[in-house]
Amino acid sequence: MRRYFWIVPLLALSLFATSCADPRSHTQAVYMLVDTSGTYSQELDKAQRVVSYMLGTLKAGDSLAVARVKSRSFSEKDIIAKMTLGKDPMQVNNQKREFAEKIGVFKADLKKGSAYTDITGGIIQASEFLNETGAAQKTILIFSDMQEELDYKTVRDFPINLQGIRIIALNVTKLTTDNVDPRRYMGRLEWWEKRARDAGASDWKVVNDLEHLERIFKGRG
Amino acid sequence: MEILHALIIWPDNLLLSLLVLFFIAVPILYGARQAMHSLLHAMFRAVSNPLRLMSRWLFKTAEVLRERNKQVLLSRGREEVSHSINKEFDRVTNLVERDLHGYPALQRKLVDEITRIEEEFQKCGEVPPPPPEWTKAVASIAKIKPASDGLVERILEDISNSIDEIYERVIKEYRESSKQRHNILKNFMPFWRSVDRTLKKVDKDLGGMQQSAAKIDEQVEKYKQIHAKSENAEHSLTSSSTILFVISLLAIMIAAGGAFVNFWLIERPMSAMVGGSEYIVGDIQASYLAAMVIILFETLMGLFLMESLGYTHLFPLNNINNRMRRWLVWISFSILLILAGVEVALAVMRDMIISADIALKQELAGSVAVGAAAANAWALDIPKAAQMILGFTLPFALAFVAIPLEYLIHSGRTVFGVLLVLGIRGLAFAMRFISTMVHQIGKGTGYLYDAIIFLPLIIERAVLNRSPHRTALPPGSSGGMAALSKHGEHVL
Repeated sequence: MRRYFWIVPLLALSLFATSCADPRSHTQAVYMLVDTSGTYSQELDKAQRVVSYMLGTLKAGDSLAVARVKSRSFSEKDIIAKMTLGKDPMQVNNQKREFAEKIGVFKADLKKGSAYTDITGGIIQASEFLNETGAAQKTILIFSDMQEELDYKTVRDFPINLQGIRIIALNVTKLTTDNVDPRRYMGRLEWWEKRARDAGASDWKVVNDLEHLERIFKGRG
Repeated sequence: MEILHALIIWPDNLLLSLLVLFFIAVPILYGARQAMHSLLHAMFRAVSNPLRLMSRWLFKTAEVLRERNKQVLLSRGREEVSHSINKEFDRVTNLVERDLHGYPALQRKLVDEITRIEEEFQKCGEVPPPPPEWTKAVASIAKIKPASDGLVERILEDISNSIDEIYERVIKEYRESSKQRHNILKNFMPFWRSVDRTLKKVDKDLGGMQQSAAKIDEQVEKYKQIHAKSENAEHSLTSSSTILFVISLLAIMIAAGGAFVNFWLIERPMSAMVGGSEYIVGDIQASYLAAMVIILFETLMGLFLMESLGYTHLFPLNNINNRMRRWLVWISFSILLILAGVEVALAVMRDMIISADIALKQELAGSVAVGAAAANAWALDIPKAAQMILGFTLPFALAFVAIPLEYLIHSGRTVFGVLLVLGIRGLAFAMRFISTMVHQIGKGTGYLYDAIIFLPLIIERAVLNRSPHRTALPPGSSGGMAALSKHGEHVL
């Protein structure tokens, strides 16, 4: 009987290891909105670089989705590509490669930009996706000039919920009118920041220098 | 603050108010002097006495601990010296069994060779040629006076011819004899060499035994000192333990560096096996834990291997027989070998993952470095080979951690014991210091109280000095300050 006593500590160790598994999520999810309206659609090359950077930094278990912003963006159909990385590093590489290919195809197929820009709709769609992933860190990257233009039928002037989501505006280009009166540009950014913070966003950041994309996740815990 | 403001009689004249208050307070303070002194005394004693008690207890504990440390140290030293003496005796026994065991044969061989040499030497002894009898005849003939017939000359000539002939023959014989002797002497050489070798061997063996005897003497002397519990032995053992501790610590730190390298070598491929996004506790990834478990397991197997080989004595394996011990050696070595093989496989996997990552990043960046990579394919294999070699050797290198670990544990007991004693003594001193300080502050506060009510005290002293019954001072009077301070002395 005594010779089987070693099973007891082994079982205890297994139980300990099982009970030690941390149920909290440590992954991150990123949803990137790419503005394809009007003249901003010419900035797609830069957007592709950002996606490549994101693919290089994301780890196993992380999620990424890229969606376009057009006249009405609150739709799953606007998601160009989405993925949740697996656990096997080789599989992860293949997933990233496929994702990059999808973005490349989208860029090649895009002929002309949309008439309107529904950023709010895209953000609501993004928050839904991010909350579904259950990731510990949720980020929305908005690759746009942040000039929202809606047709008269589209309703977006209601409070939205961005609890626990970081919002990062990328490559916020200046419009011709901004050059005339820079306060318009400042005011636009302030308006979006206020809107994001009122919606419960954990952070708001503007990154215009795409040479230093590491600033996107600077200070991330 | 409100109370203080309420006490000020004339708010416009603060100084006067305070002065009046002071004069009102002084008689009250004088009246309460004895009670206040007792209160102050009790308050400060309440702090200083426990501190003093604690200090004394700590000093005693330190002394007990020191004595205990000494006992352990001496016991350990005794054990080590006994072990060393036993080892030396074993060595001598082996020497005697191995070398002196053949001494009768060696001696017989030596005696035989010496006898043979003696015999041969006898043979080669130079035999002086017998004195020629004819010299006397020649001398007699030489005395004959020469005659005219020439007979004498003819005889002498014949003799001379005969002598020459004989002389030549004798010389020849002599030379032949010398040659034979030289040949005999020449044949001596191997015997001489053999004797020389045998004697040198004997000399070496005896020298080795002499050295062992000197070592045994030295160890026995050390043992005597330890047995006598001398201070010298204690200091010597403490010093050697500290040196051993530092050296072992250094060795362990180097091994920890190796383990760290090993960890990063297997962590990445481990994430492929157990999942890179799995977390165990807090921010500790499952892959980290898995890699750590493998390294710890390798170290454990190394410990068992060293233990079963008899290099270390961390576990009580004395009661297992040699067969079991051999089994332990083979089992632990096999597991270590398997783990080393696993590490080699992980190293290959790591290289594949890194290559795939680099390829993906290059692809994403849009650059094509395939041509350059293909041209230097052999160079790219070098890190892979290095990783494989490291993966295979590090587990075995880690196995040797057992030796410094054993020394670290044994010497650590002494070093930590000494440090603990020092710490306790330091704490005891600090408590004693604070206690004395509190006591002195208490005394000072009593004096300050008296200084405030100096006026009634002067009056009291003057009155008492006039009184004929000076000796009968009431308790708590100014003359009682000395009594107070005496009363304030610590009882401990």
